[in-house]
Amino acid sequence: MNFFDRFAVPNPSITIYASMIAIALTVIAIIAGLTYFKKWQYVWSEWLTTVDHKRIGIMYLISALIMLFRGGADAIMMRAQTAVPDNTLLGAKEYNEIFTTHGVVMIIFMAMAFIMALMNFAIPLQIGARDVAFPRLNALSYWLYFFGAMLFNISFVIGGSPDSGWSSYFPLAGTDFSQSVGTNYYMLALQISGLGTLLTGINFITTILKMRAPGMTLMKMPMFVWSALVTNFIIVFAFPVLTVALAMGTMDRLFGTNFFTTENGGMDMLWANLFWVWGHPEVYILILPAFGIYSEIISTFARRNLYGYKSMVISMVAISLLSFLVWVHHFFTMGQGALVNSIFSVTTMVIAVPTGIKIFNWLFTLRKGKIEFTVPMLYTLGFIPIFTIGGVTGVMLAMASADYQYHNTMFLVAHFHLVIIPGVVFAMIAGLTYWWPKMFGFMLNERIGKWAFWFIAIGVCVTFFPMFISGLNGQARRMYTYSESTGFGIWNMISFVGALGLLVGFILIVYNIYYSTRYSPRNIPGDPWDARSLEWATPTPVPEYNFAVIPHVDSSEAFWDYKKKGYQLFRDPVQSIHMPNNSGLPIIIGAGFFVWGFAFVFGIWPVVILSTLFIFGCLAYRSLEKDHGHYIPVSDIEIDEQGGSVQ
Amino acid sequence: MRALFPLKQVMGLICSLTLTAAALTVYFFDLSFEAGSSVLLITAFLQAIIQLTVFMHAGEGEDKKIIYTGIYYGAFVALVTVFGSLLALVWGYY
Repeated sequence: MNFFDRFAVPNPSITIYASMIAIALTVIAIIAGLTYFKKWQYVWSEWLTTVDHKRIGIMYLISALIMLFRGGADAIMMRAQTAVPDNTLLGAKEYNEIFTTHGVVMIIFMAMAFIMALMNFAIPLQIGARDVAFPRLNALSYWLYFFGAMLFNISFVIGGSPDSGWSSYFPLAGTDFSQSVGTNYYMLALQISGLGTLLTGINFITTILKMRAPGMTLMKMPMFVWSALVTNFIIVFAFPVLTVALAMGTMDRLFGTNFFTTENGGMDMLWANLFWVWGHPEVYILILPAFGIYSEIISTFARRNLYGYKSMVISMVAISLLSFLVWVHHFFTMGQGALVNSIFSVTTMVIAVPTGIKIFNWLFTLRKGKIEFTVPMLYTLGFIPIFTIGGVTGVMLAMASADYQYHNTMFLVAHFHLVIIPGVVFAMIAGLTYWWPKMFGFMLNERIGKWAFWFIAIGVCVTFFPMFISGLNGQARRMYTYSESTGFGIWNMISFVGALGLLVGFILIVYNIYYSTRYSPRNIPGDPWDARSLEWATPTPVPEYNFAVIPHVDSSEAFWDYKKKGYQLFRDPVQSIHMPNNSGLPIIIGAGFFVWGFAFVFGIWPVVILSTLFIFGCLAYRSLEKDHGHYIPVSDIEIDEQGGSVQ
Repeated sequence: MRALFPLKQVMGLICSLTLTAAALTVYFFDLSFEAGSSVLLITAFLQAIIQLTVFMHAGEGEDKKIIYTGIYYGAFVALVTVFGSLLALVWGYY
C-alpha cells in the first residue's frame, strides 16, 4: 500500500468533499482574519494561554456551540434520509458514519463541553473564589478536550469516520467488521478528551471542598455548586472505566489482543458491560449539572428560596450512588437470566424516586411564587413536562420483560432524546442566557430568545413523539431506509418537519447572539436578574480576580440576604491579590496529544514514540519550572461600587 | 520517652511485615487457586488500609470526613462494578 493511500476516505461522497472544502475555507478564514486584524498576539496571550476559569469557560462554550451545529447537521441529514421511504440521499455506510458521529459529538463534545463551560464560569464565582484550585490543570483539561474533539472531527475527511455506533459494540467495532481506521479515531479521541474530563473532575472536587468563601458550609452552597460537586465525584469514579475499556479496545484493534473478540478466550460482551458501567453514570454526569442550573433559575425567577434544599442534596447524592447500580438495563436482551434483569430493573425504577423528589421540589418552589417568564425560565418550565414524558417512557423501558419489545427500536430513540434534550440542551441554553450578561456584559434579546424557545420546544415534541409510534410499530433504530409498505413513512416525515423546526430555533439563537452583540445596551448593572447567589455580587465585566475582597457568607442565599436583609458580605480591607500566571504549556501538551493520537490511529509508530517523549518532556519541564504567579497591587484593584465591596 | 516513641508507626510496620509474610505463604504452600487468590486479595486490602491510615495520615487532618467519604464512595463503586459484572456476565448468564 502506498503510504498516502491510508489517509484516503474509504467511501468518498459529495458530503465529504463539501466538508473538506468547508474545513479548508474555515481554516483559511481564521488565519487570514487574525492576520488581517493583527490579532495573533491578542489571541495567544489573552485566550490560548489563559488560566482564567472565566475565559476557559467561554472557550468551552464556543467549542460546545460549534459541536452542537456539527452534530445538528448530522441529525438533519439523518432525518432527511429517512423522511421518505426508499430514499437514496445517503448510502448505508454513510448513514452509519453519520449516526455514529452524531452520537459521539453530541454526548462527548457538545453536552460535556457545555457542562464544563458553565461549571468553569459559574462555580468559582458562586463559592466566592478567585479561580479554581489548579488553574493550569484546568487549561490543560480544556486543551485535551479540544484536541480530542479535533482529532475526532478530522476522521470525516482523513481516513474515514467510525461507523459502529456511538456505543461502538464489539465484535462489530473489531478489526474484522470495521476495517477502516474510523474506530481507531473513536478510541483515541475519546481517550484524550476523557483524560481532560477526569482532570476537571479532580480539579473541581478540590475547588469546591477547599476554596469556598469563609462561612459557606457545605449546606450553604448554591444548588448548582452541589450538583457540580456530585457530578465531579461521578466523573472521577466513572471515567477510569472508560479509560480502561478504550485502552483494551485500542489494543484489540491495533496490537491483536483478544479482550473483546469472540475467540481465543475473548469476551465480546465485556465491552458492552464496561462501556455502560461508564455510560450510565455518564448520563447523570450530564443531567445533574442541568438540575443544578434549573434550581438556580427557578428560585431566581419565582423569587422564592428553593423548596426542600436538604432533600434536593440527598436526592442528588442518592442519584449519584444509584447511577452506578443500573448499567445492565442497557443490554437486558444480551442473554443474562431473569434474576439479573430483575435486579437491574428494580434499581432502575428506584432512580425515578429521587428524581421525582426533585421535580416536586421545583413545583413547590414555583407554588405561590411571583413567576417571571424570562427566557431561562421558559426553558426551565418547558423542561418539566417534556422531561417527565421522557422519564416515564424510561420507566417503561426499565421493565426488562417489556424491554424485549422496545429495545433497539425508535421508541428508545424517542425516549432518550426526550430526556437529554430538555434535560441537558434546554438547561444549557437556559444557563447560557442566564449567565450571558455576566460573561459578556450585555443581555441577550428576550423577544428573539422567546421565539427560539417556542421553535425548539415545539420542534422537539414534533420530532420525537412520532418515533414512539413508529417504534412501537416496529421501526428499528439505525435503519438507513425502509420500504413504503411498512407504513413508517408518515411518522418519519412528521419527524423531519420537527427537525426543521429545531433547526430554525437554533439558527434563531445564533441570530440572537449576533443581534444582541450589535444592538444590546452595554451599561447593565452587575445583577440584572435580581438573583440570589454570589456570582451576581461581582461587577460586570468580572475582573480577573473576581472579588476584590473575599466575601463572608452567613446563609444559603448569600447575595439575596445581603440585598434584602442587610447581611454584610465584604468585611475585610482590600489587599494585594495573588494570581496565577498564564502559560503556553497546556496548549502545547494538547497539540502533542493530537499528534500522538493521529499517529496512533494510523499506526505510525516512530511518530507515536517521539510525541510520547515530547509529552513527557513537557511534563518534566512543568515539574522543574519555577512559577510563583503574580501579585496585583492594591492600587490596581478597582473598588466595586455596585457590590460595595469596601465600606 | 513514651511521647517520643512512634508506637503507631512501628506497629504499622510490624503489621505490614506480618501481612507480607502471610501473602508469601501462597508461594511456599501448595494452595488451590481460589484459596491462594483469597489470601492475596485479603492481605492486599489490609495492606492498603494500613498504608492509608497509618502512613498516609488519612484520618489525622481536618479533612478526615471528606477523605473517608471519598474512600467509601470509591470502594462502593469498585465492589458494585466488579460483583455486578460477575453477576451479569458469569453467575446470572445462561
